[in-house]
Amino acid sequence: MSAASPKAALHTLRFLGGRIGGLLVTLLASSFVVFGALYLAPGSPITFLTHGRSMTPDAIAQINEQYHFDEPFLLQYVRWLGGILQGDFGRSILYKDSVGSLLGQRIGTTVALIALSALLVALIGLGIGIFSGLKPGIASSALMGVSTAAMAVPTFVAAVVLTLVFAVELGWFPVFGVGEGPVDMLYHLILPAFALALASIAFVARLSQAAIRQEITADHVQTAISRGFPYGVVVRRHVLRNASLPVLTVLGLTLAGMISGTVVVEQVFQLNGLGSLLVSSVQQKDFPVVQAICLVYVAAFIVLNTVIDLAYSVLDPRVSVGGGKS
Amino acid sequence: MTALAVVAEARRRTRRRPRGKHLSVLGWVAAVVLAVVALLAVFGPLLVTVDPNAVDLGNAFADPSAGHPLGQDASGRDLFSRLLSGARTSLVGPLLVVVVSTLLGTGLALAAVWVGGWFDTAVARVVDAVFAFPGLLLAILATSIFGTGLQAAIIALSISYTPYIARIVRGAALRERSLPYIAALRVQGLRGTAISLRHILPNIAGLIFANATLSFGFALIDLAALSFIGLGVQAPTADWGAMVGTGMAGIQQLEPQEALWASLLIVITVAAANSLGDELVKRSEARA
Repeated sequence: MSAASPKAALHTLRFLGGRIGGLLVTLLASSFVVFGALYLAPGSPITFLTHGRSMTPDAIAQINEQYHFDEPFLLQYVRWLGGILQGDFGRSILYKDSVGSLLGQRIGTTVALIALSALLVALIGLGIGIFSGLKPGIASSALMGVSTAAMAVPTFVAAVVLTLVFAVELGWFPVFGVGEGPVDMLYHLILPAFALALASIAFVARLSQAAIRQEITADHVQTAISRGFPYGVVVRRHVLRNASLPVLTVLGLTLAGMISGTVVVEQVFQLNGLGSLLVSSVQQKDFPVVQAICLVYVAAFIVLNTVIDLAYSVLDPRVSVGGGKS
Repeated sequence: MTALAVVAEARRRTRRRPRGKHLSVLGWVAAVVLAVVALLAVFGPLLVTVDPNAVDLGNAFADPSAGHPLGQDASGRDLFSRLLSGARTSLVGPLLVVVVSTLLGTGLALAAVWVGGWFDTAVARVVDAVFAFPGLLLAILATSIFGTGLQAAIIALSISYTPYIARIVRGAALRERSLPYIAALRVQGLRGTAISLRHILPNIAGLIFANATLSFGFALIDLAALSFIGLGVQAPTADWGAMVGTGMAGIQQLEPQEALWASLLIVITVAAANSLGDELVKRSEARA
C-alpha cells in the first residue's frame, strides 16, 4: 500500500529505481549484442559491410567514418551508441540514405499494425473470455475448443489462410499494401492485424475464462451473492476486478510478443513497415539497417515488458513495492 | 521466446488436476501424432518415389493424379514427395534446438543451484538478459551475420530458448535441494556433482522432458517462420515453412494446395506437441 509514511515512499522509490536500473542494464546488454554481432561475422567488419559490392573509396571512407574502425572496439561501441541516442542510426549502404529517415518513413505502419492488433486482442479475446467465463454451456465450451486449436496456428499460417479466404476468395479485403489515407490504411490493416492477433486472442480468451471461473467460485463472491447483491454488481466489483490482474499481465506480454510477429505479417501483406524492411535488408546485406531495426525492436520489447511489470505492481498492492507486509 | 513463458504461465493458472495414472485420450492422440511425424522425419525421404525437385512446368498447379496423389506445385513439382522429404528438414531443426537448449539450460541451472552464491546470481542475470531478446529476432540477426540457412538460426534459437528451461529447472532443483534426502546424501559424503546428476536430475527429469516437448512446438514455429520469410531453408530444398512461403504465389491464383498442405502439417505437429507437453507439465507439477 502506498501509505503516506516516508518509509513507504522510500520503498516505492527504491523499487522504481531497481526496475528502471534493470531496464537500462538490459537495454545496454542487448545493444552490445546488436553491435558486437558485426565482429562475429566472418572476415573483417569492413568487408562484411561492403559484402563484395564494388564501392568507391569515398563510400568506403564513409563507412569507416561511420563505424570508426580505426579505433578500439569499446570506443567504437560507445560512439555508435552515442550516435543512436542522438537519433543518428548511421547510413544505409544500399539506399545511400540515413537509416533514421528510412525508419521514420516506415515506423508508422508497424505501430499502427501493432496497435490495431492489441485492440483486437483486448476486445475479442476479453469478450470471448468474459462470455464463456460467466455463461458456461455448449457455446462457451465450443469457443474454448476453438481457442485451444487457434493457439497452435503460427502467425504466418494465419496470415496465409486469412488472405486466401477473405481477400482472394471473398474479396472483402485487399490482398496487400496499406492504401492511401488513414481510413483506407485502417481498412488495409484489418486482415494483417487479425493474423497477428489470432493466437493472442485465443490465448487471452482461455486465460480470462479460467480467471473468471476461478473468481466466481471464490468464497467472497459466493458471500456477496448470498447477501443478495445484484448479480451485475457482484460480477463487476468482485469477479471482473480480481480476474483482471492476471489477464492484464498476459495481455501486455502478448503485446510485446507480437512485435516480432510483425516481421512475418508485413512480409505476407507487403506492408511497408519495419518488419518487411528488416527482412529485405537481411537479404540485401544492408547491415546498418538490420542493426538499427533489431535495436528498435528489442528496445520496444524490453521497455514494454518493464512497463507491464510496473503497471502490475501498481494494480496489485500484494506485489509488494519494497519489503512491506502484504 | 516470451510466447513460451506466457503460455507456461497461463497453463499454470488454468491447470486442472490430472486424473488417473495414464494419459488422457487427447494426450494419447497427441503422442501418436508425434510418433507418426517422427517416423515421417526418419523414413519419409526414403519413401519418396518421385524426385521432389523435378520441375515439370507443363503441369503447374496440376490436380491430384495417379503419379501425384496431392497434385503439383507452381513449378510442377510433386507435392506429396516434397511434403515427405520436407518432414526431415522441418523437424530436425526444432529437435536440435530443443536438445541443445535443454542440455544447456539444465546444466546451467543445476550448477547454479549447487554452487549458489555469486554464481547463481550471475547465471540468473545472464539468463534474464537473454530472455529480453525475442528468439525470432535473434535468429534473424544471426542469419544476417552468418548467411541465410538453418545453421545460424538453430544456434541462435538454442541460445534464446535456454533461459526458459534454465528458469524452470532452477526452480525445481531448488525445491529438491531443500528436501531431507539431499541433506542425508551430503552427510554420507557424496559430492555435489554426484548428488545433482544422480539424485536431483532423475527426480526432475519428467518436468524437464515435459517442458522440452512444449518448446518443440515453439521452435518449430520459429524455424518455419524463418524459412517462410526466406531466411531459413533455401530453395529448392523442401521444407514445410518454406513451402507455405512459395505457396503464397498460388494463393492469389486460387491454387492454394501447396500452402495449405504444408500449413496443415505444421499446425497438426505444433498442436500435438502443445497438448502433450501441456499434459506432461500438469502431471509433473502435480507430482511435485
